[in-house]
Amino acid sequence: MSYGKLEVLRGIDIDVMPSELVFVIGPSGSGKSTFLRCCNRLEEPATGEIIVDGTSITARGADLNAIRRRIGMVFQSFNLYPHLTAGGNVMLALRKVLGKPKAEARLIAEAALDRVGLADKIDNYPNQLSGGQQQRAAIARALALEPKIMLFDEPTSALDPELVGDVLNVMAELKKAGMTMVVVSHEMRFAKAAADRVIFMDGGVIVEQGAPADLFANPQHQRTRDFVRQVEH
Amino acid sequence: MDALLQQFFNFDIMMQASPIILRGFGMTLLLCLVVIPMGLLGGLAVALASLSPIRAVRWTTIVFVDLFRAIPPLALLIFVSAGLPFADIRISPFAAVCISFLLNNSAYYGEIYRSGIESIGSGQTDASRSTGLSATQTMAYVILPQAVRNVLPDLVSNTVEVVKLTSLASVVAFAELLYAADMARSVTYNASPITFAAVLYLIVLWPVVRLLSRLENKIEN
Repeated sequence: MSYGKLEVLRGIDIDVMPSELVFVIGPSGSGKSTFLRCCNRLEEPATGEIIVDGTSITARGADLNAIRRRIGMVFQSFNLYPHLTAGGNVMLALRKVLGKPKAEARLIAEAALDRVGLADKIDNYPNQLSGGQQQRAAIARALALEPKIMLFDEPTSALDPELVGDVLNVMAELKKAGMTMVVVSHEMRFAKAAADRVIFMDGGVIVEQGAPADLFANPQHQRTRDFVRQVEH
Repeated sequence: MDALLQQFFNFDIMMQASPIILRGFGMTLLLCLVVIPMGLLGGLAVALASLSPIRAVRWTTIVFVDLFRAIPPLALLIFVSAGLPFADIRISPFAAVCISFLLNNSAYYGEIYRSGIESIGSGQTDASRSTGLSATQTMAYVILPQAVRNVLPDLVSNTVEVVKLTSLASVVAFAELLYAADMARSVTYNASPITFAAVLYLIVLWPVVRLLSRLENKIEN
């Protein structure tokens, strides 16, 4: 992955197992968001291969739109469509990508919003929702397509502290239900509680990875030690 | 004072001229119904072309927009209606008006759409594409509805200008409102038909201009 001459990611080689929750941490500018955006090719990797659920998404002629609907993504700034209701946000891809009739799409949207605790907000517009509710609606929008994997790009960074818990609870529920997840975040407590594996990135490379207990308690590299000490204080 | 009333507000003359003026008014409405949708669609095409990933398309669009925003619409209209016959292309005044308005309006509407589309953050595209919508679907269902809403006052304002500009068609003898009123004026040696025409323009456009002010206030808040 590179922007012009600036190489952002180098030698990233990881496997994510089904139902695994992989947590990616690292200082800003370390390439974690870029790594995540390569996973559904919102960014184009210059070289290398990315395989999701047995399908190479970097192959020439890969059907990106078909692949993407099986890779859910949640963004730092929610990116809900402001001109559509919460239900409309969830239903858009159901209608236009999967071609579901309106009534069926509505039922799926109700179920997805119910799953994130927003059943009663289906007809509310994003500007009538709190930040935490907006992010949960965005999670419902991705979930409704029944993705095989969910990518979270700093899902709680734009939230007021008191709203973070609701979003993390939804993510913990997803983990319990067996969803495969890659999470870029600074919520270290959540990482310790829910992650199967933590990856520490810096300068576009994976510095080290391991079970959260090991990586936080006993980091092997100096850069990891410095970062863990910083975020824990 | 009496002479002024006689010359500009002569009710009898207005009544006498009303059949021809109302027919002209009908033609103006017809012209609007054709050139406004054509301009809105042409403008959309121009805006999409100006954001094309292909450089040659973008550059061609820039030249098109610059050219037709810089040429006075009246000069363009005369050029089309008087120039094309030299190329052995014979067109009616109505067609000449439609062609020159399409060129001029597409350039203006195009710039408005473009600024609207550019006002939408890239996060909207990220979200849409990540759910499997194609680039075209993203434009149609996510970007354009928001873009149009953001520039609605500009679109309405430009449309008001277009309605007023339809009076240019009188120059190529298309019998729209101003042409009809001016005919009546030259026959009656009295300016009251022009006043009548101005009042008709006012009746049509005043509510639109009011709406525009309200739209602008609403967006400011």
